[in-house]
Amino acid sequence: MLTIDRATYDGIVAHAKRDHPDEACGIVAGPEGSDRPTRLVEMVNAAGSPTFYEFDSTELLALYKQMWDLDEEPVVVYHSHTATEAYPSVTDIGLASEPGAHYVLVSTREHGNNDGPVEFRSYRIVDGEVTEEEVAVVAALPTT
Amino acid sequence: MAIEVRIPTILRTYTGGEKAVDAAGGTLSAVIDDLEGNHPGIKERLVDNGDLRRFINIYVNDEDVRFIGGLEAELKDGDQVVVLPAVAGG
Repeated sequence: MLTIDRATYDGIVAHAKRDHPDEACGIVAGPEGSDRPTRLVEMVNAAGSPTFYEFDSTELLALYKQMWDLDEEPVVVYHSHTATEAYPSVTDIGLASEPGAHYVLVSTREHGNNDGPVEFRSYRIVDGEVTEEEVAVVAALPTT
Repeated sequence: MAIEVRIPTILRTYTGGEKAVDAAGGTLSAVIDDLEGNHPGIKERLVDNGDLRRFINIYVNDEDVRFIGGLEAELKDGDQVVVLPAVAGG
């Protein structure tokens, strides 16, 4: 199960709506081993495309170095689909490289840049196998 | 002195869970061959048909090797190599 706080959830949804019709992408970092997504990092989609996303390679390195310095890891890796459902594509599955992360998919196909509900779903992707999981949105993450 | 190679989570099955390993070589290509000698199978995850895999990023001292010669990029003792899979999808 993915447990995420309301502000982070809203931040991901707002990013997806803002970048529609291109795919939006980013991560939520958290302390290593904690499974707590605490720090939303919006990334630029270097592909600038409605059907593909990719972090810029230089920004990717900067992001990981920052996480290593802070003893963080990517707890959530998110991106949007802008014309299809919020389910990992064949490409998403083939390129998934963080077996410990929650892969969040948001679909903006219904309302685009406008207000209105979006599909927000979460998956584990390990060795090419996709497992959907429940998403619990809480006012604040439980303290450890 | 050696060259430290930082290994991403998904490739740590080849390094017994180690986050970083040492390797030697004067070019990235030689370093990868040296890695392969100690961690069999890892080369195929980095290189395909003699080229760096499209969705694998390798950095030498924070420079993406694609901008400094790719597999022929020159290395020396004390350099730091980071391997990071692309974060990408469709």
